[in-house]
Amino acid sequence: MTKRNLLRLCIVLCLCACDSDDSGSNNTSQTSPTFIFTHNWDGSQVSNADFNSFQFTTANGESISIERLRYVISDITFRTNNGEVLNTDFYNLVDVTNNDGLNFTLARTIPAGNYANVSFTFGLDNEDNSQNYLDLNSASFNVPDMLGGGYHYMQFDGKFINSNIEEQGFNYHAIRAVDNPGTNPTFPQDTFFTVNLGPVNIAAVTEIEVEMNIAQWFKEPNLWDLNVYNQMLMPNSTAQILIYENGQNVFSLGEVSQ
Amino acid sequence: MKKGILSLVALICLNCSDDDTTGYQPTSMPLEIPQIFSNNIIPPVIPNDNPQTIEGVALGKRLFFDKILSADGTQACASCHSPQTGFTDNTATSDGIDGVFGTRNSMPLFNLAWNYSERFNWDGKALSLEQQAEEPVENPIELHSDWNEVIQRLKNHPEYPELFRRAFETSTITKELTTKAIAQFERTLISANSKFDRYSLGQATLTEQEINGLDIFLREDKGDCFHCHGNPNNPLWTDNDFHNNGLDSVFTDLGLGAVTGDPNDNGKFRSPSLRNLAYTSPYMHDGRFATLDEVIDHYSEGLQNSPTIDPLMKKINEGGVQLATQEKADLKAFLLSLSDPSFINNLDFQD
Repeated sequence: MTKRNLLRLCIVLCLCACDSDDSGSNNTSQTSPTFIFTHNWDGSQVSNADFNSFQFTTANGESISIERLRYVISDITFRTNNGEVLNTDFYNLVDVTNNDGLNFTLARTIPAGNYANVSFTFGLDNEDNSQNYLDLNSASFNVPDMLGGGYHYMQFDGKFINSNIEEQGFNYHAIRAVDNPGTNPTFPQDTFFTVNLGPVNIAAVTEIEVEMNIAQWFKEPNLWDLNVYNQMLMPNSTAQILIYENGQNVFSLGEVSQ
Repeated sequence: MKKGILSLVALICLNCSDDDTTGYQPTSMPLEIPQIFSNNIIPPVIPNDNPQTIEGVALGKRLFFDKILSADGTQACASCHSPQTGFTDNTATSDGIDGVFGTRNSMPLFNLAWNYSERFNWDGKALSLEQQAEEPVENPIELHSDWNEVIQRLKNHPEYPELFRRAFETSTITKELTTKAIAQFERTLISANSKFDRYSLGQATLTEQEINGLDIFLREDKGDCFHCHGNPNNPLWTDNDFHNNGLDSVFTDLGLGAVTGDPNDNGKFRSPSLRNLAYTSPYMHDGRFATLDEVIDHYSEGLQNSPTIDPLMKKINEGGVQLATQEKADLKAFLLSLSDPSFINNLDFQD
């Protein structure tokens, strides 16, 4: 992933070099916090052991089973109490299906201290999404060029019981919303989004739990009817924008352990 | 090349004692990674305890083609994995030394070092390439041999003890070293010079029909092949993962499910690469489809529903994605552009 700009580097160096006032803490030691990604269905823990069985019910009343869930987060950002922003330029593929990437330790250090907000990007912003990531290619996470290229933000596959009381597949795939698929696709709006976790105190050793409430993808503001939106959502910009809107409250800060 | 290596071995042997070599080391032979791979995907998997060497690969190649591994000296690995057919054979299933046919189609062999999950065979039973090479030797419907007897034959052979010593710095021949050598050779079987590879590198032009076929391959509302079979940025043309692709409503072969014991895995088989389809018919884990047209027809209108069918399969109630005749022809043309004649004609891979 490319470095953004020198200004950000200067901010990082400043944070590293300045006294404790900059981070609102008396502790200026450097640390690499670990992010722990956990998943739940309206509060009930979900792991890959819960996959492949119809044990979840969406807000619209459809019974579903989850068979595959993986997504990318990127650009974890730390904002100090003074409003300074420390950007990191990493990404992580969280692969719940294969229990991989659920723990992600920042591959650089930041000053320990109290942060007014920790945030990350769900998916990849447009600049990052235009890069070539060998590991994401190897994981077959690409989006075809005629849909704008880049990568999936999320691949969430499963089955639901449809209105005919039959099992049917769904592919809740989040990508950059795209219209006019082909050689010159257009993009009606950005569909990556920032997740704000709120204030976090980061000590020398800190684990930050990030919770995904999977049920929220189907809940609000758009009550999701799987009989209407189930497959072939990638070229459907309307569906992508609905996914974007429902994603706003999917993630939250869990336990912070030190 | 083989004569050259043997001459070199014989020359060096004159200066060696009967015991393990002193000061000798096999010559490292890293895989030559094609540009289309290094541009797009992460490096191959090479076990720390089995690095590629010139001597190891040469030994593995000789073993691969040598009928000494079979009980009656009539078959070798290459009997079912022939270079001319992309290292598979042209029958639905393969017969072993006793003329008994198995239940699975012989898998093509290429780009194996890029199987990152390291689950081999159609059902993922073998957890490394070395482990995969063990089973066919003793399988009663394949080489139907006995490893102890194989090792004894190799020990009594006029050349193999020295070849093992040069490859592994020991004159003690074992099953583990035998399979390590075969795995080293198999890792050299790299195919990355198809017309489409050259197109991706700006060295070739696709026909309009092939371009249309790529479009169908990639469109989620058409073929939607790419979710399981790679894309121009994943030139393996497989995800090496396990899927139930709707072949049967009732399973006679549980596939991955028989390995894991998890009924949710029943009917799942590893996605094969779409490279070299021009040479590797028949298709599917049981070789049920004789032609590529039959394969495309299956995904278009032949899907069978079952509890474990992959949710990526679409329009199951209609039998599949319902491609038009021209779309099928275009898709086929694109798929054939992934075949690599230089691979099947590579003399380094032939006996």
